Amino acid sequence: MAIKIEIPGPLREQAGGNTEVTVTGATVGAALADLVKQYPALGPKLFLNGQVRQHINVFFRGPGFETDEDIRYHDDLDTPLQDGMTVLVIPAVAGG
Amino acid sequence: MANRDFSTGLRCRLCGKLYPKSAINFCVDDFGPLEVAYDYDRLRSAVSRTLIEKRPWNMWRYRELLPLAGEPTVGEHVGGTPLIRADRLAEALGVERLWIKNDAVNFPTLSFKDRVVSVALSKACEFGMRTVGCASTGNLANSVAAQAAGAGLETFILVPADLERAKVLGTAVYGAKVIKLTGTYDEVNRVCTQIALKYGWGFVNVNLRPFYAEGSKTMGFEIAEELGWRFPPHVVCPMAGGALIGKIHKAFTELHATGLVDTPVTTKMYGAQAAGCNPISDCVKSGRERHKPVRRPNTICKSLAIGDPADGFFAAKLIRETGGWADDATDEEIVEAMLLLARTEGVFAETAGGTTLAVAKKLIDSGRIPRNEEIVLCITGNGLKTQDAVFDAIEQPATIPPTLAAFEELAGLKTPAPKTDEPKTPEPALA
Repeated sequence: MAIKIEIPGPLREQAGGNTEVTVTGATVGAALADLVKQYPALGPKLFLNGQVRQHINVFFRGPGFETDEDIRYHDDLDTPLQDGMTVLVIPAVAGG
Repeated sequence: MANRDFSTGLRCRLCGKLYPKSAINFCVDDFGPLEVAYDYDRLRSAVSRTLIEKRPWNMWRYRELLPLAGEPTVGEHVGGTPLIRADRLAEALGVERLWIKNDAVNFPTLSFKDRVVSVALSKACEFGMRTVGCASTGNLANSVAAQAAGAGLETFILVPADLERAKVLGTAVYGAKVIKLTGTYDEVNRVCTQIALKYGWGFVNVNLRPFYAEGSKTMGFEIAEELGWRFPPHVVCPMAGGALIGKIHKAFTELHATGLVDTPVTTKMYGAQAAGCNPISDCVKSGRERHKPVRRPNTICKSLAIGDPADGFFAAKLIRETGGWADDATDEEIVEAMLLLARTEGVFAETAGGTTLAVAKKLIDSGRIPRNEEIVLCITGNGLKTQDAVFDAIEQPATIPPTLAAFEELAGLKTPAPKTDEPKTPEPALA
């Protein structure tokens, strides 16, 4: 199952300079695990004690969803993905 | 001329890493928020009450404690709002001494957001940016649009589509490009982050956020100075993104750190939210370390309707550490409090002001805030922008013909006209 992960500017150095990386995974967690497997330097940037860092929000988009969906309103890292979906990693420190 | 910029860089609030001053809002190691750091040793010898008191009564009298390299180029008249001794409201609430910090009359757009925007846009100009924008629940939109117009900047304002008409009009009138997004504030905010990351435009509350947020400190500086250079024991503050409450407290700690106020800060900070969007007050009340985001906020208090507040974690932590508390108010309680504030003090606050007062009342009634200690309520926006919220709660004016008789009858000044076959009693002479 091919999933695209969009890489924000501040993480591109650890992702080989790519703006997006193709991974496999049936859930958001599995997709991110495959991303870290391909680019291990991303691991400590994205995760702390096995959890997505506090100030990172993870979204997904794909058929059946009108907008980018925050995984916290679904099943967090267990949110299921379908072939062709995209996962986005976005800094959370904005607004107000 | 001596260097009056005492900011040393941007420091990550999680790991402490220091970054050079630039348009960046998060740490690239752990995504923690960046905050402006200052050289307090240098500041201590550079600022004094005498120096500050000689300057005009606006937010720039504290300019050494703000992160600009030069003079402000945007919003030079912002701030300097009154701290009102609210005796009639104090009596209604059953407390001894109460103050209202009234940013409902801030210049130019009648909310505390004028403070943050003047710093953010002055900084944007220093960075050479020509296009600026924001994600907004309304007040910020008004202020960015007005102040950017004055500075000749191109402006993109993104707002939730269900925003109050007055707040949309009060943005578009300045020529800003207003874009309504069919989603929540958090979705608007996410899109702004995506735009800022991709195009590098100056979004005041995204990549300019560390500078922007510093402007809120001036509300705290003014409160302390207006009280005669001292800190109040209790401050009640509305919370949307959760930044203001932290910055007011930071202002107090900086006044102490720079020697402008001798006594250490012991102020207890209290946060107010609407029951229909209460991620931070819920976090405090439930004892959770991190807030649980609210996906679909549902409240008349749209200016506080941020379901996933960026500073939620820090606001809840501050409230706990200072010994304060947080609570939330229903729409009915918000309206009731707006009327109470208007009818006791003559201050027409927006829904966020109603929320702050309603929560203050709850905290007083529950004994969280003692009745015999001084309280400051932060009123951050103007009721003229949220008239729909109170429209149904206000009695509609009577309509009468343009005659004295009709007025007298309405006002109960005259008995009904006598029957024609009875002798007339003379009208009383006018005094």
